[in-house]
Amino acid sequence: MSSRRDFMGYALGGFTAVGGIAALYAMKRSWDPLPSVKAAGFTTIDVSSAQPNVLNVEKWRGKPIFVLKKTADMKADDRDVIVGSDRFHVSIGLCTHLGCIPAYKPDDHKFLCACHGGEFDASGHEIFGPPPSPLEIPPFRVDGTTIVLGEAGPDFKKMLDAGLTV
Amino acid sequence: MANFEKANSFNQWMDQRLGVNTIKKVMQTEYWIPKNINFLWAMGMILAATFGLLLISGIFLLMYYKPDVNLAFDSVNYIIMSEVGYGWLWRHVHGVAASVVFLVIYIHMFTGIYYGSYKKGRELIWLSGMLLFVTFSAEAFSGYMLPWGQMSYWAGMVITNLFSGGSLEAYGLVEWIRGDYVPGDAFLTRFFMLHVLLLPLAIIGLIVLHFGTLRLPHVNNQDGEEIDYEEAAELYKSGNHKDSKVIPFSPVFLSKDIFVMGVYFILFFYLVFYNFQFAMDPVNFDPADGLKTPAHIYPEWYFLWSYEILRPFSKDLGLVAFGIAQVIFFALPFLDRSPNVAPASKRGLFHIWFWLMLLDILVLTFMGKLPPTDALFANIGLVAALTFFALWIALPIITKLEKKL
Amino acid sequence: MNKELKIFGVVTFFTLFLYWGVEPFAHSQMHKHVESHGFTYDGTADIKEAEAKLAAAKESGNKVEKAEATAKAKKEFWANVVKISKLKGDPVAGEAGFAMCAGCHMDGAMNMGGVIPPSLNHAGSLYDKNYLIALIKNPAMAGNVDHKYKDTSMHPMGSVSSMITTDQDVANVVAYLKANKAGELTTKEAFTEACERCHAMRYAKTTQLGDTPKFKYKKDELKHQVKILEEQDLVKAYMGKLPPDLSIIIRARSEHFLETFVENPQSQLAGTSMPRVGLSHEGYEKVKEYLTEIGDPSKPAREAIGPWVILFFIIFTGLAFLWKKEKWNGHH
Repeated sequence: MSSRRDFMGYALGGFTAVGGIAALYAMKRSWDPLPSVKAAGFTTIDVSSAQPNVLNVEKWRGKPIFVLKKTADMKADDRDVIVGSDRFHVSIGLCTHLGCIPAYKPDDHKFLCACHGGEFDASGHEIFGPPPSPLEIPPFRVDGTTIVLGEAGPDFKKMLDAGLTV
Repeated sequence: MANFEKANSFNQWMDQRLGVNTIKKVMQTEYWIPKNINFLWAMGMILAATFGLLLISGIFLLMYYKPDVNLAFDSVNYIIMSEVGYGWLWRHVHGVAASVVFLVIYIHMFTGIYYGSYKKGRELIWLSGMLLFVTFSAEAFSGYMLPWGQMSYWAGMVITNLFSGGSLEAYGLVEWIRGDYVPGDAFLTRFFMLHVLLLPLAIIGLIVLHFGTLRLPHVNNQDGEEIDYEEAAELYKSGNHKDSKVIPFSPVFLSKDIFVMGVYFILFFYLVFYNFQFAMDPVNFDPADGLKTPAHIYPEWYFLWSYEILRPFSKDLGLVAFGIAQVIFFALPFLDRSPNVAPASKRGLFHIWFWLMLLDILVLTFMGKLPPTDALFANIGLVAALTFFALWIALPIITKLEKKL
Repeated sequence: MNKELKIFGVVTFFTLFLYWGVEPFAHSQMHKHVESHGFTYDGTADIKEAEAKLAAAKESGNKVEKAEATAKAKKEFWANVVKISKLKGDPVAGEAGFAMCAGCHMDGAMNMGGVIPPSLNHAGSLYDKNYLIALIKNPAMAGNVDHKYKDTSMHPMGSVSSMITTDQDVANVVAYLKANKAGELTTKEAFTEACERCHAMRYAKTTQLGDTPKFKYKKDELKHQVKILEEQDLVKAYMGKLPPDLSIIIRARSEHFLETFVENPQSQLAGTSMPRVGLSHEGYEKVKEYLTEIGDPSKPAREAIGPWVILFFIIFTGLAFLWKKEKWNGHH
């Protein structure tokens, strides 16, 4: 068997592999989230009529989002989202332990997770039980009296840089 | 337990456990193929490759298709065609391959008929091949239902009605097949099951059987010559490639297959990108409407010849004729009474029979698509249908008379 | 080798013959030939149709008088249209006439007699001059749907002829449209203004009421849904049936069919209640482009990738041929 003979076989095999990679790329693209799913990745929440100390649960990318307007006597926190003169606690409403949805107890100003008893304060800090970290803050941008979820605005970036969320 | 020595290479390690070298010998390097063949012998590999394309494209369509009468149409025409990355590519490949696969099947079949590759020990090759043809037909039909367009619905309506058996009026059976009075949700879902699970499983099994039936009688050759494979193989292995009548499947035969496949893929992808309407009927881009039959209704081109055999006769007779036409090709090895395994050109009357049959099927195919209202076309269709049966009746007689070569 | 080429020739011949039989030949037999007039409107087709009907009526002896009157009316009507198109219109004088149109053709208009009067913002570029003249003179005749009305002034727009009366007035209004309402328009605007009063397009999330907004609450969404259904009921009552959604009409009909159908619906579907749209050639191109964007969105990708895939397989075949040659070396 001459080496030239091997060369042709390898050339054909290599060229076929190039086509195979192109086909794999198309297959990868077919697995990507659909454009409509991505477009739905932005949710605008109007907080102009929010009631203080009443938890409002919105949906963003299929996950529950806690929006809680703080009363004047509730402790301010670096994680608060400032809209106008109001302070809001905004977070992804999934316990950082194993992903259950904690319930809000307005009288105690805290979130209680039914699954394993984890507790968070009204700023989302873990205060009891197994949760390893505070409730996560979704990327947001404040726009007038609305909060746009899915877009990382300057306030969110500051929090991210300060390590207040992940 | 067998005594395993320490392996010196990956190949040896695999060979000890799986016998890969033996498998390679049996399936490739010492699987002997006659040298005296032409490119038509590559159709089997082309069919396998096309089936592979159907499988791959089908997997990606399956990820977004919704078998529900309210969602099916838009899941295909909107989600897959507009939203899914390269969804259109999978659909076009799937649609075109489903059509072209029948062209190759027909070429493969007529090659077999021409060279007499269904006789003297090769009967099972033919029979398993015919089973594959029937299963592919069912697969194509069930797949045609899925986009739930006008042609899907009305083809489903008409074809399931065939099972009422004409004057038998077995509408209970028709309703049982549909799971409804008309093709509806239950019908779509069960045909979806058939299309993506049961029939593909059957096809894969039959492909294995079809390959298996080739092994002992070996592939036929251009002259129908009986080859002493052991002697020819010894000659080849001794290095006399020139005088040996055989070649190993891999890499010698395969290299030619792959070249032919390349030519085929140029045509195939030309169709996928530039000329796909023939395989994706515009009428099926109208959503199914049970209250409105399209102006022209016809099956896909590969069913036209048998459809035309149904049309010119009265209801019952037409059904019987249609039924016979579906299965008559199974009987070919037994209706051909001649012992000669030779190309048709050397077989006298059978040569004429072959070309008449081919032409007759073409004429039936052409007439099958034309509206039945035209008297001229209807008459041509009737003559062609009668010729079809006349040819089958003549076959045992002319082959019995054939001189032994 | 020569033998193989011969066999290849035979297989190719029969394959092409088969293709010819089930595609071009079959389609030529299944669809009647309809001539395209290149989006010019002088009544040729309408008069021909009326004359064919007259001949048929004479043969059967049925309703001959009526057919005769129709043919005569059509001839006179279109002769008049051609005459008006030769008048020199004054766009400045036409503005006053257009004010009458704007009474109904305005933003946020409600359904009037069957459909919502479409916007005329780009009427000058969307529609043909002769057609606009014909439309103002007699909307039912212009649309070739006079068979729908006992008296063509019963067309929802029939009263226009009592508002814009003289031939010179008509020429002036059309001159005004051609001069002032002929800006560049997007493909979507072309569809909205020309088709959307009757045809929805669900893949573009647009209906007879325009683009469907996003609703936060199901309740609001359903309310809007009801509004759409109510509007569609009005269109249905007027047209006899709900005109089809045009989302993928571009793939459901041939290019030639769409062209001739839009030019004169009666030519492909005799008796249909769809009126002639009256698009100019450029106007039709815009509409077609939009239908393609929505109904065949993969077209640009197909055209971009196609040549590369084919080139890939040509090179693949070339390499495979060389490999085969090497492998078969010494076998013959």
